[in-house]
Amino acid sequence: MGTATAHAGTHISRRSTVLEWLTTTDHKKIGVMYMVTSFFFFMLGGVLALGIRTELAVPGLQWVDQATYNQLFGMHAIMMIFLFVMPMTTGLANYVVPLQLGAADMSFPRINALSFWMLVAGAILIVSAFAFGGAPTGWTLYAPLSTEFTPMTGVDLLLLGLVVLGFSSIFGAINFMVTIFKMRAPGMGLMRMPMFCWTTLVTSVLLLFSLPVIAAGLIMLFIDRNYGGGFFDPAMGGSPILWQHIFWFFGHPEVYILILPAFGVISEIIPVFSRKPLFGYRAFVIATAAIGALGFTVWAHHMFTTGAVYLPFFSFFTFLIAVPTGVKFFNWLATMWGGHLRFDTPMLFAVGFIALFLIGGLDGAFLAVVPFDFMVQDTYWVVSHIHYVLVAGAVFAIFAALFYWFPKIAGRRLDERMGKFQFWVLFIGTNLAFFPQHMLGLDGMIRRISDYSGNAGWTELNLLSTIGAFLIAFSVLPFLWNVFTTLRKPAEHEADPWDANSLEWATTSPPPPWNFDGLPAVRSERPWFDVKYPGVGHGPTPEHQAESEGAAS
Amino acid sequence: MTVSSEALEPQQMSDEELVSGHDPVRGGMDPALLGMMLFIASEVMFFAALFAAYFNAAATVPDFWALMEEAVGLFHFPYLPIWMTTILITSSFTMQWATSRIRKGDRTGMNRAVAVTLILGIVFIFLWAADYGLLLADDFGIDSGVYGTLFYTLTGFHGAHVIGGLVGLGVILARGVGGQFSRKHHVAVEAVHYYWHFVDVVWIVLVIVIYILPLMSA
Repeated sequence: MGTATAHAGTHISRRSTVLEWLTTTDHKKIGVMYMVTSFFFFMLGGVLALGIRTELAVPGLQWVDQATYNQLFGMHAIMMIFLFVMPMTTGLANYVVPLQLGAADMSFPRINALSFWMLVAGAILIVSAFAFGGAPTGWTLYAPLSTEFTPMTGVDLLLLGLVVLGFSSIFGAINFMVTIFKMRAPGMGLMRMPMFCWTTLVTSVLLLFSLPVIAAGLIMLFIDRNYGGGFFDPAMGGSPILWQHIFWFFGHPEVYILILPAFGVISEIIPVFSRKPLFGYRAFVIATAAIGALGFTVWAHHMFTTGAVYLPFFSFFTFLIAVPTGVKFFNWLATMWGGHLRFDTPMLFAVGFIALFLIGGLDGAFLAVVPFDFMVQDTYWVVSHIHYVLVAGAVFAIFAALFYWFPKIAGRRLDERMGKFQFWVLFIGTNLAFFPQHMLGLDGMIRRISDYSGNAGWTELNLLSTIGAFLIAFSVLPFLWNVFTTLRKPAEHEADPWDANSLEWATTSPPPPWNFDGLPAVRSERPWFDVKYPGVGHGPTPEHQAESEGAAS
Repeated sequence: MTVSSEALEPQQMSDEELVSGHDPVRGGMDPALLGMMLFIASEVMFFAALFAAYFNAAATVPDFWALMEEAVGLFHFPYLPIWMTTILITSSFTMQWATSRIRKGDRTGMNRAVAVTLILGIVFIFLWAADYGLLLADDFGIDSGVYGTLFYTLTGFHGAHVIGGLVGLGVILARGVGGQFSRKHHVAVEAVHYYWHFVDVVWIVLVIVIYILPLMSA
């Protein structure tokens, strides 16, 4: 289609050697390496989750002891958050954002490679904790549990690994911000950027301002543990509450770091499969920025029960976040309303995301109610909330993104039937695993405990939840098989299989190392749509085109 | 169907824009310089967290200011913090001098000024080490209560950043002596000079917080 795709097939026949992958600075290869690495940790973290759920399936300690259980839930969270969702969305952004901007690469390609290899180094440090006594601190690393009660070296390795990951993400965030500010295609003003680029930008701002804080906090913990420091030791004049402030000052922006890229993915997919432009683009941008800004004002809602925070302030701002999030929901629904809907697998995951993330958002709003929060603090209600937000939210969006951009990355579409099968297994499994936890939480079941009484009446709900967890794990198998079999099929090299809007579809699949041979004029946030449908979007009509060409000659 | 390809035309820029580290192709700030500013922003947040820990302790520990004053007072002989402050602020001026020389195309002048800045920075590091030596000899260590932990962590991370700045100074000095940098192309010098000023500003805040506030509050 035009000059942009004229060279299809001339440069994609040769496979890259292993050495080329290991030394690459190509944002696409780095993006793929991010995604493959993080998917490995998705499965590893999933195995740990199965360990947790297997132990909880029935009352009594059958499979693991309490100490092992403590390792399982902490490492599960750390792997899923820092080694799966964050690098996965970074990988997607790495691959997609420069293409959507019409750029040849990131602004700093070598720093981009450095970020990826720092992720690998950090991951090795974190995993090696298992060999040195483990890290039974939970992902929140609260002092004094993480200081005087866990003398093993594993915790130090975990702290170092997290610091390395933090700097990897800071460098990545700077890279994305400079790329977005400096490398957009001619004509692409900020308000003509695809929504995924916007959410990547706001995510990068959150990373830039929250990660240095947790890095400082982790180093303080390290000093307390190894050099006799007293930051979090009341006997020396320190304060354990300080750790909670530092942790959650990072920790709450962190949940938006995990979910904003997902919002971006959904906002790319819904318009394409509804055959309509995104409803309320400007409102969407403002809502994204508002969520980012409000994300820094609510950290202490994780600390209501400490008695050390001003409850009305943090409760109010927590409720306020529901407003921009609601704006996004209505924008997605209004985009679909009256659209010509196509339920290919990416759209299926996107719609599933909207339905289930709503549950996660609503049970989170309950937690903003201070008296309610006092009742369910540290219960399975909170576990249910975080998993509706991160599994039904981030994981669904990640699979939507993988199905959506796989044809661009590999030049072939994933199998639709297997994709739909996977979706339904995951959809049912997610609800089965996490919805009963609402009831368990209201009933007072406390998280992070390896056992419960057979008389508590929690056995059936726990068993259901465990069955759901195994369904979720099972749903990964058809995906792996799908990727494996699709990659063995001959490539189709369809440049634009979904009839999509943004510039990544204006080049070949997969794109050449330099990405674009030529760029279309950018007149709206859907530049590729404007090219394909002259006169419909913001592109000139054929008559107008002829007129202006006539005037020029 | 044709896709019009718009070539990226270099924009006309005034000399003034070119000599202050602006992007020669797209206008606005050079990408490397923007990256450095964002990195400095993240560094500000890093030190903000350490300062938050400091003020948290100051608010909760009885006699915090008096203890701090007694341990690391500004007017304790041999007045090392005062010397260190003088030297680091002077080095900020010499760094600014280096940048203004290369903006005028005077590479030799820039090299001289960078060399002076580098020497001042190294002297600062020696005084910093001497200060630690005196304090440790006084039995004031990182484990001497939360104020000891805070003092060593804050000044330690500042010192580490000075060493980082010295590496940057060394790189631009080597490149300058090797004949690189011109009036138009010297973004590395601009970036290092931003970073060096940042390190200086952190030190000034440190002096106010660690040495002057205890004097006023004790």
